[in-house]
Amino acid sequence: MKDDRTLTRGKVTGIVSNLVMVEVDGPVAQNEICYIQLGGTQLMSEVIKYANGKAYIQVFESTRGLKVGAEVIFTQAMLEVTLGPGILSKNYDGLQHDLDKMEGVFLKRGDYTEPLDENKLWEFIPLAKDGDIVEAGSWLGQVDENGQPHKIMVPFKFTGQYRVKTVVPQGNYKIIDPIAILINNAGEEIPVSMVQKWPVKVPIKTYREKPRPFKLLETGVRTIDTLNPIVEGGTGFIPGPFGSGKTVLQHAISKQAEADIVVVAACGERANEVVEIFTEFPELEDPRTGRKLMERTTIIANTSNMPVAAREASVYTAMTIAEYYRNMGLRVLLLADSTSRWAQALREMSNRMEELPGPDAFPMDLPAIIAGFYARAGFVYLKNGSTGSITFIGTVSPAGGNLKEPVTESTKKVGRCFYALSQQRADSKRYPAIDPIDSYSKYLEYPELQEYIVTRTDEHWIAKVSELKNILLRGKEAYEQMNILGDDGVPLDYHIRYWKSEIVDFVILQQDAFDKIDASTPIVRQKELVDKVLDICRSEFSFESFEEVNPYFKRLINAFKQMNYSEFHSEKYKKYESEISAIVAERKVANGN
Amino acid sequence: METRAFQKIYTKLTNITKATCTVEAENVGYEEIAIVAGRMAQVVKINGKSVTLQVFGGTENIPTNAEVIFTGKPPVLKVSDDLAGRFFNAYGKPIDGGPEVDGEEREIGGPSVNPVRRKQPSELIATGIAGIDLNNTLVTGQKIPFFADPDQPFNQVMAMVALRAKSDKIILGGMGLTMDDYLYFKNVFDNAGALDRIVSFVSTTEDPPVERLLIPDMALTAAEYFAVDKNEKVLVLLTDMTLYADALSIVSNRMDQIPSKDSMPGSLYSDLAKIYEKAVQFPTGGSITIIAVTTLSGGDITHAIPDNTGYITEGQLFLRRDSEIGKVIVDPFRSLSRLKQLVIGKKTREDHPQVMNTAVRLYADAANARTKLENGFDLSEYDERALKFAREYSERLLAIDVNIDTEKMLNVGWELFAKYFTPAEVGIKAELVNKYWPKEN
Repeated sequence: MKDDRTLTRGKVTGIVSNLVMVEVDGPVAQNEICYIQLGGTQLMSEVIKYANGKAYIQVFESTRGLKVGAEVIFTQAMLEVTLGPGILSKNYDGLQHDLDKMEGVFLKRGDYTEPLDENKLWEFIPLAKDGDIVEAGSWLGQVDENGQPHKIMVPFKFTGQYRVKTVVPQGNYKIIDPIAILINNAGEEIPVSMVQKWPVKVPIKTYREKPRPFKLLETGVRTIDTLNPIVEGGTGFIPGPFGSGKTVLQHAISKQAEADIVVVAACGERANEVVEIFTEFPELEDPRTGRKLMERTTIIANTSNMPVAAREASVYTAMTIAEYYRNMGLRVLLLADSTSRWAQALREMSNRMEELPGPDAFPMDLPAIIAGFYARAGFVYLKNGSTGSITFIGTVSPAGGNLKEPVTESTKKVGRCFYALSQQRADSKRYPAIDPIDSYSKYLEYPELQEYIVTRTDEHWIAKVSELKNILLRGKEAYEQMNILGDDGVPLDYHIRYWKSEIVDFVILQQDAFDKIDASTPIVRQKELVDKVLDICRSEFSFESFEEVNPYFKRLINAFKQMNYSEFHSEKYKKYESEISAIVAERKVANGN
Repeated sequence: METRAFQKIYTKLTNITKATCTVEAENVGYEEIAIVAGRMAQVVKINGKSVTLQVFGGTENIPTNAEVIFTGKPPVLKVSDDLAGRFFNAYGKPIDGGPEVDGEEREIGGPSVNPVRRKQPSELIATGIAGIDLNNTLVTGQKIPFFADPDQPFNQVMAMVALRAKSDKIILGGMGLTMDDYLYFKNVFDNAGALDRIVSFVSTTEDPPVERLLIPDMALTAAEYFAVDKNEKVLVLLTDMTLYADALSIVSNRMDQIPSKDSMPGSLYSDLAKIYEKAVQFPTGGSITIIAVTTLSGGDITHAIPDNTGYITEGQLFLRRDSEIGKVIVDPFRSLSRLKQLVIGKKTREDHPQVMNTAVRLYADAANARTKLENGFDLSEYDERALKFAREYSERLLAIDVNIDTEKMLNVGWELFAKYFTPAEVGIKAELVNKYWPKEN
């Protein structure tokens, strides 16, 4: 904050819910942060419009009891987050206030807590040397943050090049201690500490290049990894009606995905879902590091009952934190549940400002806002040659489950992976309820990914994936025919075709998120499973009548399911493996060759 | 409310609609309560000197020179243990002929619980109804509505659930209840001898609709008193939230706001979430569980009210009349309790999740068989068995008149599996089949 006397001040002249009109005595900027003085508390607000000498501000708090004439002080800064060691395993509200530091059971207005701990000592290891030429985002040193190499960087706000005058030697420092002195072109000395600020609505672009992403991001969820894979630095979205398992799926991805850092933006969703993460993540182990999941996770919680205006801020806060860690050369997974609530928050404000509405009363620039946000994800080459990535997966909650609504349509234009959750699958408890036919991953068409994925599986992988999709499609067609013509009205072959698709569905697509072993399948195991299933689907079987088909395949599916529940290549696994072979042998027609 | 000395009285109304009026006044706080011609009203918009009030009692017969007195306070409820056993109107005034309750004044619609101060719900609420306990287990701190058509017996089921659940207090928030339904609740609670642990806030169909907006906040303020101050397990019943949402749309319409889907205000999601998110499990043992009713029109769940509700609540319960057995059942396909995973197989027997899912899957097979039958196709032998299973499953487990404990429900499940299917058709984990599959004598 600048000197108090030079700051613009204002007086409240009107109030409609969390939109407040302010008459100002000086210049104000769009998106400038200001504080309304209400009794002893300050209410944080943001300028969202200026008209006829009045600033329209959205208040990030309840405005109960606010009166005309209350004083407002403008800060000359946009909404900023504080970046430095200590962000991991924190629980923040949408404006990056530490929820654990707040007192009492209930949230109090104007209870703004510090995001980082100023007194904690970090062991700093210098990476830059005296005389090095550096610029914004260059690594000066690193500290160990929960096992992650947290790079201390030249603040992103710095422009141009600097020469390192001195870097402090290895040792323990607080985040506010100066750790380096830089010299700019004018010869001025500028001290740098471990902490910096950055406005959330501005992307951090201190990387060299953002290529098309190509590396598979393993999630352990078979219907994603095998059929519609997402990549490191990719974007995906999950639309689905309520009750179709969006949140369970997102939680599964956040637990299992191959990422160094996970940022979860709980945006306008249920508080109990955040509590689930608070409760489980400190207990769950990250299989790759042996540490607790919470140690690599940061949660930005703006649950549905928290102030609406902060909902929009929460997704930007989360994205900025993700960008900060990406610039350290880490793989970040960013999850937002749900982007529709953010869009609704925009709609509420637009409505109060009496703007002319777009479709479904959403603001006209909604598609542009969504596109701009998704564009901040991606895989990057940093200026020092390292790589980092932000993989972004957002959920969308379409009104009435109808995918032809503005938020879903705008997202569809920018999200590269589309995981459509189907009510029908959810109703018949076929979880995860991702519709295998409607969903897609554009990355499967990327030659970059195709080249990479064969190194993790085998050279025919892409062909196998499309074969699986084909089996599902043909099975669906056969099923529709059976429903129209009746079981005995279709050739026997239709039954077999349908049941082959059911094997793919039950064995590969369906996965028990609550079973320890089945919940996460590594890609090697997925490959083996795909080969086994395809082997059966390619075989011919002989049956006397269609009535034999159903029980036979049910037995097969049952054996496969038991195998999925068993530890990979364990005795039990092998037992079911041979049981499957025995069942197949009963009816398999020997190949003509 | 009595007039205080030196209180300024405004008498110049500049605008009157069916639900709101506007007055020139100064030094007024947002959301402050005012008395307009003796009726309670709340500040919803301030623009300079012009203050818009929503008048809860409606604006019929309010003149342009009506007396407007500002109280300087947001709406409040006086809380104390004396609330127990009492019936109040939307303003918190007794309607049972008893004396006013004295106690500490609390603002209604207060702040939300800090999410890190919540505890993960983990305590099962047993109702004896298998359609709920087996398939859609409820947990303390949960919020869940019945999605029901107006002709279904949702109020009866809700009263039954309330009485069987072992809660310390039951708080009824009745919005637009018919007088008959209000008396029904009163009688049921009275007959069960539960009156001393009931608190009711009721606005009947005889009262003006805008009044309903106060009911959920009143009920939940009382609930927070018992759950936070007294560490009690509180069950809040809200019926009917559709009428609450209708009242919201009336006010927003009178304030010339641009409606979004289905003529509902754009803020419907936030408005409903503020209420439902009051459901909470506190680490100190107190909890607030909300069971609500959202009536549907013709079973349409894509309407803005049930749709937004579904995204907020932790599941939903559907009632359906099963023509096969002629009883009302809890629909296993469309009902869902999101929090059941926290207790089933943990607080209940290990086989609970698998028995539940398998039974529903087999019931779905029966539904497919029924479609075949209706389309005039022959049924396979498996279809025949599935249909018989479905009938017995419906009768013995899904019907709302069932009242057994969870262990018994699971045993009935296994009994039905063994009666109609082979272990391979059932497809449950082998360990569980070995342990629970009924042995033939």
